[in-house]
Amino acid sequence: MSRRIELAFARAAKAKRAAFIPYITAGDPNPTATLGLCRALERAGADLIELGVPFSDPIADGPTNQRAAERALAAGTTLSGVLQIVRELRYTSELPVVLFTYFNPVHAYGLARFAVDAAAAGVDGVLFTDVPVEEARGPYEAFRRVGIDLVLLVAPTSTRPRVKATKKLAGGFVYFVSRTGVTGARERVEEGLEAQVRAVRKLTGRRVAVGFGISTPEQVNRVAGFADGVVVGSAIVGRIAEIGDRVNLVGEIEAFARSLAMATRRR
Amino acid sequence: MKPLPDDRGYFGPYGGRFVPETLMAPLEELERAWQSARRDRTFRRELDTLLATYCGRPTPLSFAARLSDNLGGARVFLKREDLCHTGAHKINNAVGQCLLARRMGKVRVIAETGAGQHGVATATAAALFGLRCRVYMGTEDERRQALNVYRMKLLGAEVVGVDAGTKTLKDAINEALRDWVTNVATTHYVLGSVLGPHPYPAMVRDFQSVIGAEALLQVRRQHGSLPRLVVACVGGGSNAAGIFGAFVPYKQVELVGVEAGGRGTGLGDHAARFSGGAPGVLHGTRTYVLQDQNGQVAGTHSVSAGLDYPAVGPEHALWHDNRRVGYVRVSDDEALDAFHLLAELEGIVPALETAHALAFVTHVARRYAKGDGILVNLSGRGDKDVNEVARLEGVRL
Repeated sequence: MSRRIELAFARAAKAKRAAFIPYITAGDPNPTATLGLCRALERAGADLIELGVPFSDPIADGPTNQRAAERALAAGTTLSGVLQIVRELRYTSELPVVLFTYFNPVHAYGLARFAVDAAAAGVDGVLFTDVPVEEARGPYEAFRRVGIDLVLLVAPTSTRPRVKATKKLAGGFVYFVSRTGVTGARERVEEGLEAQVRAVRKLTGRRVAVGFGISTPEQVNRVAGFADGVVVGSAIVGRIAEIGDRVNLVGEIEAFARSLAMATRRR
Repeated sequence: MKPLPDDRGYFGPYGGRFVPETLMAPLEELERAWQSARRDRTFRRELDTLLATYCGRPTPLSFAARLSDNLGGARVFLKREDLCHTGAHKINNAVGQCLLARRMGKVRVIAETGAGQHGVATATAAALFGLRCRVYMGTEDERRQALNVYRMKLLGAEVVGVDAGTKTLKDAINEALRDWVTNVATTHYVLGSVLGPHPYPAMVRDFQSVIGAEALLQVRRQHGSLPRLVVACVGGGSNAAGIFGAFVPYKQVELVGVEAGGRGTGLGDHAARFSGGAPGVLHGTRTYVLQDQNGQVAGTHSVSAGLDYPAVGPEHALWHDNRRVGYVRVSDDEALDAFHLLAELEGIVPALETAHALAFVTHVARRYAKGDGILVNLSGRGDKDVNEVARLEGVRL
């Protein structure tokens, strides 16, 4: 298990809050901006960062993240470029990094070579949006050798046997998809989420981070009451899109992220 | 040998299920429903009845006498899927899946479409069974297949234009998958080809296998023996899988799948996955994918919207690797020539997709002996393409 991920969750738990996990698409609005944004998120109180690897056909993503991937690809972002960003971040930071990626870019890079290069760059975990547990054996083996956590998704539609099956392969935490659908900001947090999160924690014996559709400090605070980590993606990505490649980008994202990070404290 | 795919949905190294976790339970549910339906005599009987009384099966096998003479070689037979209700083989699968959707208690179906044939077939079957229907279609395809867009609307379907990426079939599938992930409880996704996550490649193949089963009997009866060569165009590959399936066990029968060679050999100029692609994962299945060195899926080009797709069914990938089927490419211009040739010699206007298969036959027929049989799957008719062909040739209608 990745030490940095373990420490991040332990530290958050000790401070009586859920871990704050912001998501941004690497390379949006351009590869140079991403490093500055990561540092800003860390200053704002991120415990762990999810870095999206842009893909041409993001079937699990809503419009906000699709556009971000398009901008990142247009700006020339590649998987090796993303690893380079992590490498540079590691010069000054111990912030755990989980790559959030579709399988094909990794497949094209070569799974074994990717595992070695990602570990060397300082990646702590990898989450595949389109690799369910049945197909995860190969990545699990490749990552285990180099000490990278495989982060598996659990959905509201996942059956009990499926949730149990993640236990064998899951790394430090599992990612619970808070609603059936694609990524994107939503008005409400689903009813019954708390019970689902508790059930997943019990069945997998892992910490549970919750994401998909969480976009405001109020929603973060509600979910933080019962989850071990809260992921906010599209809401941040949407702001990045609004501001674009301007001087105030880093400052504004930091301020927004801080308001989310503060909300992770349990009442 | 055990039948493929294996229980994880693999055809050798190809296939599988690469989808978001949210879709896994629905796929398991679909697989169970399909396995139970295919063994259920009532379901089979109902499907067979619909194929006969609604879709117009069996479709005839036509001997193309003038075409055969013109090509100066083998005897060319056409399996007339263009005579199916709605004008292409797509209805076989759409009726099958909508019947299954009803059995599963789904009230809504969604589909993607490229040329519009699968969209029209799904809209038709949805109307037949009283299911709500939404069809996703790239805006580039909506432009070149405007007639089919209107047909779908006439049939009561909602057509949603997809303006992302290459604005073609690939992007329509992305959007259909996103819809499905959001509405899994009420919705069945009627995937139109032997693509996508398990069980789709196997299930669609099985619904289309009626083509090959009929053709095998018909060619034996009308030609007196097995054909030397069977040819079909390959987009996702459902019409090809449908006709090849019956002939795969007969090693003496040569099988050829024809891909879209487009306007050139550069990445983005064609949809020839086997000569320009590499193994990868797209839309839930591991197969040959046209992509750049960073694993980003490439754009494609073909005059035919139905072949304009960067991946191919996983069973085709296996047939390619074990050399049971040969895959070749035919350019836009060659396909257009064949489109005219069949119209003038046989009085049949083929779909531009199908014209690719015919173009290949015009190239190779001379290599075969006079008595040899060549079987072509005439997968669809060309009414939908008349406007686009006129536009390409500068004819104002």
